[in-house]
Amino acid sequence: MFWGSRKTINMNYFPDEVLEHVFDFIRSHKDRNSVSLVCKSWYKIEKYSRQKVFLGNCYSIGPERLIARFPGLKSLTLKGKPHFADFNLVPDDWGGFLYPWIKAMAKSRIGLEELKLKRMVVSDKSLELLSKSFPNFKSLVLVSCEGFTTDGLAAIASNCRFLKELDLQENEVEDHRGHWLSCFPESCTSLASLNFACLKGEINLASLERLVARSPNLKSLRLNRAVPFDTLQRLLIRAPQLVDLGTGSYVHDPSSEAYNKFKAAIQSCKSIRSLSGFLEVAPCCMSAIYPICENLTFLNLSYAAGLQSNELTKLIQHCKRLQRLWILDCIGDKGLGVVASTCNELQELRVFPSDPFDAGNAAVTEEGLVLVSEGCPKLNSLLYFCQQMTNAALITVAKNCTNFIRFRLCILNPIKPDPVTNQPLDEGFGAIVRSCKGLKRLSLSGLLTDQVFYYIGMYAKKLEMLSVAFAGESDKGMLYVLNGCKKLRKLEIRDCPFGDAALLEGMGKYETMRSLWMSTCEVTLGACKMLAKKMPNLNVEIINETEQTDSNLDDSQKVDKMYLYRTLVGHREDAPEFVWLL
Amino acid sequence: METERELNLEATELRLGLPGTSDESAKNTTHRSNKRALPEQPVSANMATTSKNCDQETAPHTKAQVVGWPPIRSYRKNSLQPKKSEAEMSGIYVKVSMDGAPYLRKIDLKVFKGYPELIKALEDMFKFKAGEYSEREGYNGSEFVPTYEDKDGDWMLVGDVPWEMFTGCCKKLRIMKGSDARGLGCVV
Repeated sequence: MFWGSRKTINMNYFPDEVLEHVFDFIRSHKDRNSVSLVCKSWYKIEKYSRQKVFLGNCYSIGPERLIARFPGLKSLTLKGKPHFADFNLVPDDWGGFLYPWIKAMAKSRIGLEELKLKRMVVSDKSLELLSKSFPNFKSLVLVSCEGFTTDGLAAIASNCRFLKELDLQENEVEDHRGHWLSCFPESCTSLASLNFACLKGEINLASLERLVARSPNLKSLRLNRAVPFDTLQRLLIRAPQLVDLGTGSYVHDPSSEAYNKFKAAIQSCKSIRSLSGFLEVAPCCMSAIYPICENLTFLNLSYAAGLQSNELTKLIQHCKRLQRLWILDCIGDKGLGVVASTCNELQELRVFPSDPFDAGNAAVTEEGLVLVSEGCPKLNSLLYFCQQMTNAALITVAKNCTNFIRFRLCILNPIKPDPVTNQPLDEGFGAIVRSCKGLKRLSLSGLLTDQVFYYIGMYAKKLEMLSVAFAGESDKGMLYVLNGCKKLRKLEIRDCPFGDAALLEGMGKYETMRSLWMSTCEVTLGACKMLAKKMPNLNVEIINETEQTDSNLDDSQKVDKMYLYRTLVGHREDAPEFVWLL
Repeated sequence: METERELNLEATELRLGLPGTSDESAKNTTHRSNKRALPEQPVSANMATTSKNCDQETAPHTKAQVVGWPPIRSYRKNSLQPKKSEAEMSGIYVKVSMDGAPYLRKIDLKVFKGYPELIKALEDMFKFKAGEYSEREGYNGSEFVPTYEDKDGDWMLVGDVPWEMFTGCCKKLRIMKGSDARGLGCVV
């Protein structure tokens, strides 16, 4: 209605409050960004009413500028290290520190209520400052972060009086044996979501039970390994309203009293839609959860290393409404067949390797994937670690499932060709990108030539993130992608024969992207320097882990790791010695 | 470690080893971390200097690990790994005695994929030849016969039952001398 340029409507006659109210309905970041570009008054109104900000790269802008731009900030999402840091390709101390952000926001009295971080270094000091600086702080979500201990958690528990959410996902947390859980005051009754599954140490079980008992809004509870079965059972009795449950240790004697009590307790948890955990599991106890399986939409058994294929399939046969399944590859191709015939509503499947380093033993192959594609036409998100893949299988999958948004395939031997034809997997992936017009994220593996990149550049028009390893033959490959994928935001490449020509020819593209990672490719220092010189809005960083200093290296030398990203604030000041800012 | 002890013994010439036992065979049977280095230390395909890599050389599988492959988060890798090492450390160790030898040895059955490997290892360890196995005649052409005590306490000929079943029920191994083994079908 308001977008028209009809001359009879003059937007300046609308008071700001009305526009603000309208803008409230615009939630997406992209749309709000567009709104702010319309005219000066819209920019101003949008600026002051913006509450949620997402920064995919914490170094693209500094805290002070962010605060100046959006003084009404209430909810901030920050991502730090590049994605390949997840796989040990980025040394510790590379960067991504939270503290400067907290310090700046505290100083400017930002009314921060929510903070979501991914791959950031979070110190106890920053958690303490956070807990004391923002009286309305409600939600802390940390994913793949590090640098903090349970002392930091104790500060959050003690000081955040209105805390609703504390969600710790896959972080490396040093356990100081403090009773952080006991630090939640008796007056704290606002918790809706508590996830401490990644903590390795003991916790005070009595405090946990009391906390759950006084949290009527608790909908999501994910326990760590130290929470035993009988505590789990008592917690379920106190919180039958749970929607999302992560068990801790799930080991018990099926003939025991505690087990019988558990069976009774879980039956009354009619709202559970999401189930995870089973960090330690006794297979014989799984039947106790069958009664709630028909309501489940998300099941995560990817840490349940103790379950074999037959136990897994028996369980899954009860889960007819499943939309998301995370599982280990010990389910096998046959087990995936059971998934295919049972879970017709499935949208997301992740199959993780139970034995990551023994490629000969991965239990799933292309057969399992084909079966799933036949039974689950709604599949739109895939992460699949497998022993092998064929072009024929990928072509079949592409025909059966055209809705893929995320397609990540990892063949454990990274340069394995199609075992039937001995050909590269170019045609298979080509079929995927041709068929799935909405594809946003793609990860490749297997033997691949420049041809697969030709297909990607030609067909993957909505692609935003591409991960490439051990693929391609020449610079042409990389150029196909840079020239063809108009929506590309993140490109990460390792161990590919792409060099200076590709890097430099794609120069114009990088400012439209968030970041580019290239490691163990053919890129030289000279080319990186040239790129940095020509593109002042890019930070070009070299990670150099050898003993050499700048002066020793000449420009023709190949660079081991290069990470470049667009930024408004130039070189960062917290780079360690081994990171060269060109 | 046992190897070091043996080296020292050798240096002082207090050899308690069985006739013909050398350091080599001892090393093969005592170092049992048979899987490659865990990825806490990223191991590049070209590095071969740490002691863990020495184990790689004696292990049945030597796979060069590529840093950061497969692409799994460290957190997840570390969660699965402990399970693995527990399983490995709890190998199936059984005592092995040989008639006439002054003391027993121990081997981990988990290391072997099947009977041929096991027999070869026993032959190396005790310096004997088991001869050829056949279902009908047992071990043909040998003075020594490998036998084992099963769960029921019976002494059985090694090789009759499927390997998996064997590793599950074998409690002890005994290399019997030909004459004693006559009843087990050995043709001397």
